[in-house]
Amino acid sequence: MKSKILRILEKNARITTEEIAKMIGEEETSVVAAITEMEADKVICGYGAIINWDKVTDEKVNAIIEVKVVPQRGSGFDRIANRIAKFDEVSAVYLMSGGNYDFFVEIQSKSMKEVSAFVFNKLSALDSIQSTATHFVLKKYKDNAIILDDEKVDRREMLEI
Amino acid sequence: MRDFLNEKLKTIKPSGIRKFFDIANKIPDCVSLGVGEPDFDTPWHITEEGIYSLEKGYTFYTSNTGMPELREEISKWNKRKYDLDYSKDDIIVTCGGSEAIDIALRATTNPGDEVIILQPCYVCYEPDVILAGGVAKIINLQEKNQFRLTAEELEAAITPKTKTLIMNFPNNPTGGVMEREDLEKIAEVIIKHDLLVISDEIYSELTYSNKHVSIGSLPGMKERTIIVNGFSKAYSMTGWRLGYVMGPSVIMSQMKKIHQFVIMCATTPSQYAGIEALKNGDEDIQNMREEYDQRRHYLLAEFERLGLPCFEPKGAFYLFPNISKFGMTSEEFATDLLQKEHVVVVPGTAFGDCGEGFVRISYAYSLDSLKEAIRRIEKYLKENF
Repeated sequence: MKSKILRILEKNARITTEEIAKMIGEEETSVVAAITEMEADKVICGYGAIINWDKVTDEKVNAIIEVKVVPQRGSGFDRIANRIAKFDEVSAVYLMSGGNYDFFVEIQSKSMKEVSAFVFNKLSALDSIQSTATHFVLKKYKDNAIILDDEKVDRREMLEI
Repeated sequence: MRDFLNEKLKTIKPSGIRKFFDIANKIPDCVSLGVGEPDFDTPWHITEEGIYSLEKGYTFYTSNTGMPELREEISKWNKRKYDLDYSKDDIIVTCGGSEAIDIALRATTNPGDEVIILQPCYVCYEPDVILAGGVAKIINLQEKNQFRLTAEELEAAITPKTKTLIMNFPNNPTGGVMEREDLEKIAEVIIKHDLLVISDEIYSELTYSNKHVSIGSLPGMKERTIIVNGFSKAYSMTGWRLGYVMGPSVIMSQMKKIHQFVIMCATTPSQYAGIEALKNGDEDIQNMREEYDQRRHYLLAEFERLGLPCFEPKGAFYLFPNISKFGMTSEEFATDLLQKEHVVVVPGTAFGDCGEGFVRISYAYSLDSLKEAIRRIEKYLKENF
């Protein structure tokens, strides 16, 4: 039941527990209990909206930073990763395979200037950071499995079928 | 001037619900539950293969019966999914399941042969039988049997002229299915009376409790079963017009002639897309099936809340609620609901006289549309009954 609930919530976090219960043929109380448990276990880590900020006047700048680090004795990559992750500007941190760099860091910020300031003053200043390469996002087409400008039109004809 | 028309064609009734759809099309804020095709886009990796084939210039005819690679994949897919054993030489790739039904009937029907049709059903069987020169004999399936065919019903319909039984499970419009034990009883009668089965299994991948069982996989049935299937419902590929028909070699080798002289071959880019679908589309089906199942559960729960009686359909993407307690015919109910609340449902009578007292509701719509439809149906029932 839990994975069924997760697949529904991943597509639409605003759906009610009553609706989920109906969709999977379970009692609402057991759906609520399962969700509460998954929230407590941090299986569900939060709920957000997928926003196309390009359509809003608030200026947002997205950047991707490749970060190369020196792993630390005892904690490997984890400690430095957590330090990077704590910055508000950072929206995602991934440890990558491949070898050209170690972390793939996503930044969401108000301006290019702010991103630069973050890289210069905060990220590069951290111990064990070897190098960074910053890429600015020009346009987002798809985010969180959603094509942003995709207007769904029902083109089906009413046929006798 | 002479009457140039085909006499048999004149006996076929024109569509009764076309005018009903015409009204619906004129209402701008209509919520439709009327369409009988999937709402999902064709999975992109499948569409992409079709586009790629065009880019590569594969715009010529294929072999008449379809690309060998596609027929090979169809053969493997049916073995893997339903334990059906048809070699690629006994498969014809058609322009959708509709062509397959037509050529199967034309390849096997002599003037006066009786063909049994199970109603309520998809609308093409009876006209196809008539055009093939056969005589359609109707069995009215019963709600109390969950719209399954029973051996007794079949026995009662068989005459010395009976040759063929057309089955279509999972069923449009009822959503009914036939489980293995139901089919075993039917197979016994079929073999006893030396009949042929044309089994339209276009909804075979959309079952929600047990896996679909094909009657062609039962002992002694392969040599007397023609199977029709296709890509429209499983892979959301209706507009690609891609289906196929499989059957005993002795029938298929003759059936090829009709397909060859009428169609030449199925559309080439669709065939390339079809190969991709069969090879790499299992997960797409699984995802769509899960979503259909969620909608099915949701609607059944809502119908129960609204006091709208409905047997639990285990396949396809339709519900077939019983509206007889409201004291209106199916058509009156559908028209009234359309005019008052702008919701389109299809009167059960569109699928045969025994559909009277029912309406077909398609859940090939997003959950948001279904919610809105339920809101309106609830209002309609409260205000009128």
